[in-house]
Amino acid sequence: MAHSMNITLKVWRQAGPDAQGGFETYSVPDANEHMSFLELLDVLNEQLIKEGKEPVEFDHDCREGICGSCGVVIDGVAHGPQQRTACCQLHMRHYKDGDTIVIEPWRAEGFPIIKDLVVDRQAFDRIIAAGGYVSVNTGAAQDANSIPIPKDDADLAMDYATCIGCGACVAACPNASASLFTAAKIAQLSLLPQGAPERTMRVTNMVDQMAKEGFGDCSNHAECEAVCPKGISISAIATMRREYMKAMRG
Amino acid sequence: MSTVLDPKIPAGPLKEKWDNYKNTIKLVNPANKRKHTVLVVGTGLAGGSAAASLAELGYNVKSFCIQDSPRRAHSIAAQGGINAAKNYPNDGDTIWRLFYDTIKGGDYRSREANVYRLAQVSNNIIDQCVAQGVPFAREYGGLLDNRSFGGAQVSRTFYAKGQTGQQLLLGAYQAMSRQIGAGNIEMFSRREMLDLVVVDGKARGIITRNLVTGEYERHVGDAVLLCTGGYGNVYYLSTNAKNSNVTAAWRCHKRGAYFANPCYTQIHPTCIPVSGDYQSKLTLMSESLRNDGRVWVPKKQGDTRRPQDIPEEDRDYYLERKYPSFGNLVPRDVASRNAKMATDEGRGVGETGLAVYLDFKDSINRLGRDTIEARYGNLFEMYERITGENPYEVPMRIFPAVHYTMGGLWVDYELQSTVPGLFVLGEANFSDHGANRLGASALMQGLADGYFVIPYTLGNYIANQSLPDVSTDADAFGEAESAADARIQKLLSVNGNKTVMEFHRELGRIIWDQVGMSRTAGGLRQAIDQVSALKEEFWQNVCVPGEPTTYNKNLEFAGRVADFLELGELMARDALSREESCGGHFREEYQTPEGEALRNDDEFTHVSAWEHTASGHVLHKENLDFENVQLTTRSYK
Ligand SMILES: Cc1cc2nc3c(=O)[nH]c(=O)nc-3n(C[C@H](O)[C@H](O)[C@H](O)COP(=O)(O)OP(=O)(O)OC[C@H]3O[C@@H](n4cnc5c(N)ncnc54)[C@H](O)[C@@H]3O)c2cc1C
Ligand code: SF4
Ligand code: FES
Repeated sequence: MAHSMNITLKVWRQAGPDAQGGFETYSVPDANEHMSFLELLDVLNEQLIKEGKEPVEFDHDCREGICGSCGVVIDGVAHGPQQRTACCQLHMRHYKDGDTIVIEPWRAEGFPIIKDLVVDRQAFDRIIAAGGYVSVNTGAAQDANSIPIPKDDADLAMDYATCIGCGACVAACPNASASLFTAAKIAQLSLLPQGAPERTMRVTNMVDQMAKEGFGDCSNHAECEAVCPKGISISAIATMRREYMKAMRG
Repeated sequence: MSTVLDPKIPAGPLKEKWDNYKNTIKLVNPANKRKHTVLVVGTGLAGGSAAASLAELGYNVKSFCIQDSPRRAHSIAAQGGINAAKNYPNDGDTIWRLFYDTIKGGDYRSREANVYRLAQVSNNIIDQCVAQGVPFAREYGGLLDNRSFGGAQVSRTFYAKGQTGQQLLLGAYQAMSRQIGAGNIEMFSRREMLDLVVVDGKARGIITRNLVTGEYERHVGDAVLLCTGGYGNVYYLSTNAKNSNVTAAWRCHKRGAYFANPCYTQIHPTCIPVSGDYQSKLTLMSESLRNDGRVWVPKKQGDTRRPQDIPEEDRDYYLERKYPSFGNLVPRDVASRNAKMATDEGRGVGETGLAVYLDFKDSINRLGRDTIEARYGNLFEMYERITGENPYEVPMRIFPAVHYTMGGLWVDYELQSTVPGLFVLGEANFSDHGANRLGASALMQGLADGYFVIPYTLGNYIANQSLPDVSTDADAFGEAESAADARIQKLLSVNGNKTVMEFHRELGRIIWDQVGMSRTAGGLRQAIDQVSALKEEFWQNVCVPGEPTTYNKNLEFAGRVADFLELGELMARDALSREESCGGHFREEYQTPEGEALRNDDEFTHVSAWEHTASGHVLHKENLDFENVQLTTRSYK
């Protein structure tokens, strides 16, 4: 049978972007080991609603670790204690009865807080819009098998392409850099023949946009890789630098 | 008054219809496209591909989605793959075969002309996605890999690990992003469409709510493309993302768009079972697992021994026993129904008794653990992460869960609804899957609609209309906005005792029990009464705290649950009126002596399209004419 647990939560509450925020303490007496972390927050919110209070706002959608909507800092770690796991996929069996858990939003200049644990990540969309694509109009494609791609390149491109755009890398970085996110897309496309003609423009525009959005520079802390739920390797950042140098040299 | 709907299928032989159509439509002058604004609601595969393609053509596009980024639409979660009739493996696939499999899989309840067009454009989709940089799986020679899926006899499924939906959606999202960067698409994220604005009988705008500030916004366009996904969340628990909803479609329905076949829903057989009341959603496990896993339950009721302690002679491999030729690979609806029968008999397993085993022991013994790990490693890992159990050692516990909705807004061949200028794409329409969808064909349909169908049919609509300027001050906008605001105010003012989630859960239980895997006239009548009583209670007793002017997710959900309550009732009515079993719609009264679905082709070879009127729902029909395939009975014995 599932074990019932009493969990104390210290949650960051902030009414709006410009409001003063602070921690509130709540207790959830009937948590259980099979619950996911977000289900624990659901249970807390049901409690709050029943008391006529405003529920804690947090972003979520797929609850399967693929949409990138969820993301909070749990006891100081982006997405919490389980490696390679978005917080929607974290389960309460990693905690025990009586534990206290501290929950905060992503904190970074590029991600202003909207409310409670919800932040604005549209900067990521603008980085992609600056060059994270292949310019091909619908209908202009040739047969899919006309350009073979070595399996190793395709597989590696796929590894980089699995980034879910959650922003944990930014939240974990001491410089609040968006390098891992940006580099993952650049590295994916740099491995494929399809994106080759525009690779110079791509890297310059995306890196410039990243700086414009208020994200810091990368100084090789590798905290991003450690929290990334998809295990994106920081080798992506090395590729991005190489692409950037090449672009600068013309 | 009941009428017969005209799907406007082009003339000519099946294989030439789409070409004939394209040859005869009117085109919009390229210089004029900029002057036409198209509102695209939804950024999943359907909406993302449509917005990108139309912007490339020069239209002025406005796009809307609920999530904070268009990249997060529910399509992102699709795992298995996407079909196309490329025939790269040279195993005999053709456009005809893909068409035929889809028609048959849909149990002869879909429209031939649409399905044939879908099969025709399937190949262009793969070309397009590869050109965008979608990293599909490849073989050592560098060419694309295919696998077989969902019982097809050919390998026609393209895939990107277990994340095909993610990669296809990112392809469409990137194409969209390019157009956003170029200023051809204006993107509105964290917006919810709350109403359709109809002016002079045509769809000319939408009302959205900014989910961060609570402000209402009025948008004018020459056409509205609804790409808002399926309504599986009416069951509360489903494999759909939490934000998936019927609201936009339902509001369009109330403005005149007919809702087709709402009772056709797909229940996927291999999901991780429910573990408790707090459960918020269900996780799908790819059905490819049934290639190597064996499904069983104990022979005896209430056998609580651990699975490893139950000897062979006390196990019932019921699919292998009942369907010796297809065994564990029977189609989704058959596998799901049989799991329900086993648990209804009290032979279910696990803490709740609502699960059956999917056992890999024999495959591991035969092929070795490494082979199984190479095939399913990521799925096994996902299972263990969620359940805390190691499926290499103990059998998985699985149970069916709601996965896809074949029903949706009725559209004609041009994907136009019964409201002129309102087009419906992707899972939100009813068009191509009949009473049951085959695996890997929803991604195909969403992208077909968006990349390759709507650019033509929308152009034909616009070129043939006079579309005088409409201002956001028009009465129709004011009326729609006031109606949206009144609902929100009402939700906030009830101040009752029950939470939105409690109502949603209750609704889900009714629909799951009575409009789920098997249905009866008595149960459906009961469901209609129960849902209507629940709806009444909702508006008297729901509790929605907080403000309308800040981010308030619970308020959003409240509005969606209110619409699900209305839809739920219509689903039951539709299921009651369809006195036959077909595909995912199984009426216990209509089955063969062996317990298989029994169609009634004489009376029910039609689409049921429901009109919303002040005095209730009116049923209209579209007759399905099969000129190219012969209706047969599916048999998997
Ligand atoms: C777990 C899972 C796995 C699947 N695997 C496969 C597979 O392997 N192969 C396959 O072919 N199919 C698969 N499917 C089915 C397939 O993923 C979906 O049918 C398809 O992705 C739907 O795409 P769509 O574009 O129609 O809608 P969605 O992707 O659901 O997009 C809906 C969009 O509409 C927006 N929206 C909704 N309501 C509103 C509103 N009121 N206002 C504004 N915006 C709104 C949302 O924000 C979103 O952007 C799977 C489904 C699930 C649940
Ligand atoms: S790189 Fe990793 S941590 Fe950063 S956004 Fe992508 S998935 Fe999230
Ligand atoms: S909710 Fe989708 S990744 Fe967590």
